[in-house]
Amino acid sequence: MPEIKPMEGNHAIAEAMRQINPDVVAAYPITPSTEVVQTFSTFVANGLVDTNFVAVESEHSAMSACTAASVAGGRVMNATSSQGLALMWEILFITSSLRAPVILTVVNRALSGNINIHCDHSDSYGARDCGWIQIFGENVQEGYDNLIQATRIGEDLGVRLPVMNCIDGFFVSHSYEVLQVEDDAAVKAFVGPYPAVNPLLDLHKPISVGPLDLQDYYFEHKHSQLDAYAPALETITKVGKEFGAAFGREYGLLEEFMLEDAEYAVVALGSACGVAKDAVEALRADGVKAGLLKIRAYRPFPAAEIAAALAGKKAIAIFDRAASYGAAVHPLYSEVTSALYSAGQLVPAVDILYGLGGREITPDQFVQVFGELPAVAAAGQPAQPVKYLGVRE
Amino acid sequence: MSHYAPDAKYQDLEPGGIIPQAGNAVEYQTGGWRLQRPHRRDEDCIDCMFCFIYCPDVACPVVEGSVKGQQFDYEHCKGCGICAQVCPKKCIDMSPEGQTE
Repeated sequence: MPEIKPMEGNHAIAEAMRQINPDVVAAYPITPSTEVVQTFSTFVANGLVDTNFVAVESEHSAMSACTAASVAGGRVMNATSSQGLALMWEILFITSSLRAPVILTVVNRALSGNINIHCDHSDSYGARDCGWIQIFGENVQEGYDNLIQATRIGEDLGVRLPVMNCIDGFFVSHSYEVLQVEDDAAVKAFVGPYPAVNPLLDLHKPISVGPLDLQDYYFEHKHSQLDAYAPALETITKVGKEFGAAFGREYGLLEEFMLEDAEYAVVALGSACGVAKDAVEALRADGVKAGLLKIRAYRPFPAAEIAAALAGKKAIAIFDRAASYGAAVHPLYSEVTSALYSAGQLVPAVDILYGLGGREITPDQFVQVFGELPAVAAAGQPAQPVKYLGVRE
Repeated sequence: MSHYAPDAKYQDLEPGGIIPQAGNAVEYQTGGWRLQRPHRRDEDCIDCMFCFIYCPDVACPVVEGSVKGQQFDYEHCKGCGICAQVCPKKCIDMSPEGQTE
């Protein structure tokens, strides 16, 4: 039977890992993700799982071991944050190129410097071009649910890509929330056995992995890899539906909150969406047609679906919790407006840079941004697309 | 990469850039990189196998337990000269590639 328990985000992730019982976890601790593997390692020590737990000496080694174990033919998981993800960066590309469906929980934390342990999305955004699927959860339940779904998404025979399960550091990782923990057997049934493809340990079918790949084949291999992302979008949708059928909580590429008839919308991902929902509800009570588009799948980027969801809005505010230094606009704005342009939609849009280094965002601030959107709509396009929110100036 | 034709399309390749056969490194001939060519004076060779052990490729063939009397594998020898360095009898000479022996 499912159980309702108070649980913090990191423990919920570890709990899902216990239920999934991966073959290998190779990890190195870093705040705020430490508790994920720390809690999971006690499950290993207490014999609750069969996992081969490898305590390595760095995140570079962690992702190297995870990639190798995945290529060898096992289901592999790990967790990290910030500098840890940055240190894995070199290997992340190899994991995706080898089509090794490693599952990595990224507890989002600001990249140094200056050194900061709190939430923003600079770590995940920094890894957005590494070829991994990136799914952002809003709260503890979504972190738990997304990890369970990540197995089915990444391991799908038409996808075979590694998955980052992103939750916001401290806001989600260290917050106790009410979690519906599903039945062990139901989770195991949903996840299923690991479907190994060309495992290196299959001695009856020896293969060569990671050979030198020069001018003659590299480009073809990249084309082959790039072809996996459109099926990944379909698989995320399909698995989200099946998860809904199994457990009652259905997921899609996006979540539209009071969006359909909204005149003004905000676009965001992660825990800020929960805050935005409060603001949207408050504004609706005052008769303002406000809405939220929550982006769940950031990689692959569901451009067509985003453009369709935002078509015809009077103005939108796109919330970025990480900067792209030197760029004209920041990552989410860049990609959402590109999606709109590609779909032939011109929606006046403002880029809101907020929450860096764990700076909190409040419902009042969302209300304030909604209050500025009619002027953006009247102007057509803002002269200065990027606005700072919640910084002293 | 003999598994694939030189004009193989991307759709023809195995996902993950793998080669669905093992032991194919032998097909990658690196002898063309060589600037210096090793040559063993067999009369001084004591068959200690150092050249075979230290060769970073597999260019010192062993036949019936002996390197003595065997040609180097010039299709794979890159001319690094490690065999000549480690030979305790100094019976491997390196000569510039392209000169007649």
